[in-house]
Amino acid sequence: MTSESDLSAWVKEAKLAITAASDLEALKLARLAHSGDKSPISLASRALGTMAPDDRASLGKIIGEAKNQVAALVAERASLLEAERDARVLLEEIVDITLPASRSTRGALHPITILKNEISDFFIAQGYGVAEGPELEAEWLNFDALNIPADHPARTMQDTFFVEPLDARLVLRTHTSPVQIRTMLEQDPPIYVICPGRTFRADELDATHTPVFHQVEGLVVDKGITMAHLKGTLDLFARKMFGDEAITRLRPSFFPFTEPSAEVDVFFNGRWIEWGGCGMVNPKVLTACGVDTETYSGFAFGMGLERTLMVRHGISDMHDIVEGDIRFSQTFGVGL
Amino acid sequence: MRAPLSWLREFAAIPEDVTAEQIGDAFVRVGFEVEEIEHQGSEIVGPLVVGKVLSIEEITEFKKPIRWVGLDCGESDSRFVVCGASNFAVGDLVVVALPGASLPGGFAIAQRETYGKTSNGMICSSREIGLSQEHDGILVLPAGSASSGADAISLLEVKDIVFDIAVNPDRGYALSLRGLAREIAASLDVEYQDPVDSVDPKLLVSAGNGISISIDDPTAASVIYIRTLDGFNPLANTPLWMLRRIEKCGMRSISLAVDVTNYVMLELGQPLHAFDREKIEGGLHIRRAGNTKTLTTLDGQERSLSENDLLVADDKSALALAGTMGGATSEVTAGTTSIALEAARFDPQSIAKNSRTHRLSSEASRRLERGVDPSLAEIASARASLLLMELGGATHVDTQVAGKPVFSPSIALDPYFVSALTGAHISPEVVAEKLRVVGCEVEEVEGNLWKVDPPTWRSDLYGPADLVEEVARMIGYDAIPSLLPPHPVSPGLTDVQQRRRVVASLLADRGLVEIQTYPFIAQSTIDSMGYVGDRAKTFKIANPMSEDFPLLRQHLIPGLLEAAQRNISRGAKNFGLFEMGSVFRNTQKLETIENPSTLERPSHEEIEKLYEGVPDQPIHVGGVLIGLADKEDWRGKGRSFDWTDAIAHAEAILSTCNIEWTLSRSDFAPWHPGRCAELIVDGVVLAHAGELHPRVVAQFGLPERACAFVVNMSALPSREIVRACVIGTMPVALQDIALIVDAHIPAGQVEEALRAGAGPLLESVQLFDRYDQIGDGKVSLAFTLTFRAPDRTLTSAEVSQMREAAGNAAAQATGAVVRTA
Repeated sequence: MTSESDLSAWVKEAKLAITAASDLEALKLARLAHSGDKSPISLASRALGTMAPDDRASLGKIIGEAKNQVAALVAERASLLEAERDARVLLEEIVDITLPASRSTRGALHPITILKNEISDFFIAQGYGVAEGPELEAEWLNFDALNIPADHPARTMQDTFFVEPLDARLVLRTHTSPVQIRTMLEQDPPIYVICPGRTFRADELDATHTPVFHQVEGLVVDKGITMAHLKGTLDLFARKMFGDEAITRLRPSFFPFTEPSAEVDVFFNGRWIEWGGCGMVNPKVLTACGVDTETYSGFAFGMGLERTLMVRHGISDMHDIVEGDIRFSQTFGVGL
Repeated sequence: MRAPLSWLREFAAIPEDVTAEQIGDAFVRVGFEVEEIEHQGSEIVGPLVVGKVLSIEEITEFKKPIRWVGLDCGESDSRFVVCGASNFAVGDLVVVALPGASLPGGFAIAQRETYGKTSNGMICSSREIGLSQEHDGILVLPAGSASSGADAISLLEVKDIVFDIAVNPDRGYALSLRGLAREIAASLDVEYQDPVDSVDPKLLVSAGNGISISIDDPTAASVIYIRTLDGFNPLANTPLWMLRRIEKCGMRSISLAVDVTNYVMLELGQPLHAFDREKIEGGLHIRRAGNTKTLTTLDGQERSLSENDLLVADDKSALALAGTMGGATSEVTAGTTSIALEAARFDPQSIAKNSRTHRLSSEASRRLERGVDPSLAEIASARASLLLMELGGATHVDTQVAGKPVFSPSIALDPYFVSALTGAHISPEVVAEKLRVVGCEVEEVEGNLWKVDPPTWRSDLYGPADLVEEVARMIGYDAIPSLLPPHPVSPGLTDVQQRRRVVASLLADRGLVEIQTYPFIAQSTIDSMGYVGDRAKTFKIANPMSEDFPLLRQHLIPGLLEAAQRNISRGAKNFGLFEMGSVFRNTQKLETIENPSTLERPSHEEIEKLYEGVPDQPIHVGGVLIGLADKEDWRGKGRSFDWTDAIAHAEAILSTCNIEWTLSRSDFAPWHPGRCAELIVDGVVLAHAGELHPRVVAQFGLPERACAFVVNMSALPSREIVRACVIGTMPVALQDIALIVDAHIPAGQVEEALRAGAGPLLESVQLFDRYDQIGDGKVSLAFTLTFRAPDRTLTSAEVSQMREAAGNAAAQATGAVVRTA
C-alpha cells in the first residue's frame, strides 16, 4: 500500500524532473512521467478503489494533494518556459520600425480656410452667426447702400471689376460688406454676424497685393451699442489672433459706411501693424436698410485674411498664398 | 498733401521743442496718416552763400566742357571755381558751397586742384542741396532775389521738415496748409491763426469793366468769382520764399501768375485758374459741354468731350475743363498782362465725373471733388489778386460774381448722444469745447437739442454721428473704454457651412491638399476642355486684370489643372489637390437694374429685383489626382491613381453627408467618356468623378490617367434628422453567389437586382470577385450576401431560398446565369 512518504518522494522526483525540463517538450515528457496515466501517483490513485473506505479517505486526500502539487509545479514551469519561448520567437519577428509607413501624400487645408474656421469659431463662441453672400454681387448692395454713391471719390478708392452687361449692375464684390447689407435687409436687430469671404479688387498681384483675396467683416446692430463695444470686441479678437500680449489702437479715419470711423492697428512682434478698418455703422447705411436709427446703433469692422495670415505666420510673399503650391498648404496641415 | 513745418508754424503756434515725430503722432491722433516725415537739408552744413557770376572762361581741352567761373560771394576778392554746368551766364545769381561746407551724403567741399585749376568751392544744383530732384544744371536764382554773399541756407529755407500726409476723401479742407495747421493746432492744443482772417477783399476796388460770368447750369456750381486784373508785368519773378514753398509742397514753379494761383491753393485749399483776359471772347460761362466736341487742354492733348462734361467757356468756345484742367488757348503766357482769375465752388460730383471720364486727376480736381469751403471763392481770389498786385504790379479792374455760397445746414445734437455712441463719458462742456475747436458754432440749449453749425469748410458734417466723430477724435480714441457687447446666443454654423467644413477636412484627411485659385478663365480653355451648353456660358469682366482671362470660371477643374501643372513644374509628382468655391453660369437673362434710392429702405419689390438680378453661384468642391495613390517604396511598386479613387472621393463626400446615391456612367466634359461616373441623388446628378479625358490630360501636360471629381455642394439635399435603425443581435448568415453576365452589364445593376430579389432580411451585398477571363464576352461576378433576422436564427433552408430568389431576380433583370460550384 502506498505510504505518505512514497508520495512525498514521488512529488520530490516530479519536482526535480519538472525543474530540469529545459523546454516545453521536455516538460511535457516530465508531466507524463510524473502525473500521466502511468505515473506512480496515478497508479496509486487508481488503486484507491480497492481499499477499505477509511483508508481510502485518508490516503485519497494525500494523493489528491500530491497531484495538485505536481500540477502546480508543471503549470509554473510551463508559464516560465512559454514566456521564454515567446520572448525568443517574438525577438526573431523584430522589424525595422523606421521604414516609411505611409505611402500617400499628406493632405492639408489651405491656411485661409483654417484661419476662416478659427475666426468663425471664435465669433460663434461670442454669440455671432456666420453670414455669407454671393461674390458676383449687385452694385447697389456693394456700393450705394454703403453710402458710396456713384462718382463719390470713395468709389475710386477701390478699383472694381464690373461685369457685362453693365446695365445689369453687377460687380465682383470689393468687400464682404454687401453681406452686411443683405443681413440687415433680411433680419431684424439684434444682429451679430461675421461675414468671411472672397473679395476682388483690380490690383496687380505682387508681394503684398492680390486681385482676389479674403476678408472677414463683423456687424453688430443692437440697442445701446457703442464704440466701447467695438473696442472690446476688437481687443478680444486681436488677442485670439495674435496672442494674449497683443494690444490694439484705433486711429481716426474715413470710411463712407461708418461714422465715426477708425483704422485698427495691432501691436505684434514689437511693432504696430495696420490690421483693418472699423467704426460705428453710418446712420445713412442703417436707414438704407430700414433699421430704425432712433432705437438701434451698430458697429462694423473688417480685416484682410491674407494680411492677418502674413503678419501672424511671417509669410513674406503673397504669391505663396495664391499659387496653389502644395508645399505651402502642407506646412499648415489642418491647423492643429 | 505735403506740408512744410515752417509754413504750418505760420498758422499754428507749434512750440520749438516739439519734435517732428511728436507732430507726426499728433496728426495721426486726429486721423491724418503721416506717410513720410522728410528732414530736408538736415545733412547740409554751411557755408552756403549766394554768388554773383562775374566771369566765365570756357575750358575746352577736356572730354566735357568745363567752365572756370569768377564769383562775387560778398568777399573782398573774387572767388574762382570750376563748374561742369553751362546753364548760367555772367550776372546770374547762383548758390556756392564754400570749402568747409558739407552737402547731403557727407559730400565735403574743400579747395581742390582740378582740370589744372584750383577750385575754391562748388556751384550747386537744386538736387545737390536737397531742394528738389532737378539736376539739369545748376540752380540759378531769380535776378534781384538776393545779394552776393547772403546765407543761402536761410534764404532758400533749405532746412525744413516736410510732412507728407494722406488726406481721407471726406476731408477736402485738409488739402491745404490752412486745414492741416488747424488740425495740428487742435491736436497739440496750441493757438491757431486762420489765414483767411488776414485777407481783406474790400481792398479790391473796381475801376472799370472786367470779364463777366454766368452759371448756365445751376447744378454745376454754387458760386464763382472772376476778378479781372490789368497791368501785370509778365517778366516779374516769383519771389524765392513763394517758390520754395511751392517746391516743398511737391509742385513746380511755372511763372508768377501760375505760381500765385498754386500758392493760394496750397495755402487755403481753393483751386484758382488764371486766364489771359485778352484771349477771352466776351464773358465766361459755366456750362455743360453739350454740342462742344473737343477741347485742347494745357498739356497739349486734344480731348473729345462728352455731353455732360462741365466746362468754363467764353461766348465762343470752351476754355477749360472746369475744375480739372485749363485749356491751351486761354492760358497765361510770357506775354500776358491782363488776367482773369477764376475761383469757383463747383459741384463735387461734376468735377469727379470730369476727372474720371478724362482720366485726369489734377491738384484742382482732387480738392474740388472733395468739396471746397464755399466761402473761399471770394477770399482766395482776393488773396491771389492782392499777391499779383503786390508781386506783379497788377491793378484790380473789376470783380464779377455769379451765384452765392451754399453752406451745410445746422445739425440738431443731443450732447449726450456723444457719450451714447462712443461709450465714453463725455460731458456737454467737453462736447461744446471740442466742436468749437474744429470750427463749429455751438448754440447750447439747456435740456434740449443743441444747434450746431458746421464750419464753412466742413461739408462732410451732416448728422449727429459726424459730430460724434469730431469730438471723439479730438479727445482721442484712446479715451474710449474697451467693453464687450451684450452676449447674444449664436445660431452656430448652418448645416450648409458645417457640411462644407467637414467635407474639406475629410478630403484633407484623405490626403488631398486644398488650394485656392483665381476664378478667372480664358474662352479658349472653356472651348478646349469641351464644355458645352449652359456649362460653357459664363460672365465677362468688363475690365479684367488680363485680357487673357476675362471670364469667370464656370467649373473648378481648369483652375485645379493649372495648379497641378505648376506643382509638377516645381518637382511634385504624386499628389491630390482640391478646391471649394463658387462657379458662375450665365444662364439666366440679366435684367437691367435701376439702383434704388438709399434715403430709405427700398420697397419689397425693389429688394426682390436686386436679389433676383444676382445670378446663382453654386459652391462646388472639386479635386484632381495626379500620379501615384500609393507611392513606390520598400514594399514594392506604387499604385497609380485611377478612376476608382476619384469616384471613392466623391462617394466619401456624399456618405459623410449621409446621402444615398446611385451611380451611372456618364459622357461628360472634361472626363474620359468611358470612365466617368455620375452620382445621382433623388434623380438629380450631383457629382461627376473618374478619369480625365486624355486630350485634356495631354493639354495640361499631366501624367497619363489623371483623375478628377466635382461635387455640387449647393445641390446636396438638406440635412435631415437621422432615423435610428434597430440593431439586430441574432447571428448573421452568409451566402456566396456567383453570376455570369454579359461584360457590358454594370455590376451595380446586378447588385441592385440581387438586393431587390433577396428580400427584407438581406443586410448587405458585397462584390468580392470579378473574373473577366471566361471568354465569350462574359464576366463572372461573385457576391457575398449577408442575411439576418431580427428575432431568430435563420435556418439554412430559409437562407438558401433567399439566395435563390436573389439569383432569380438578377437573372431576370440582367440575364445573369447563376454559376454552380
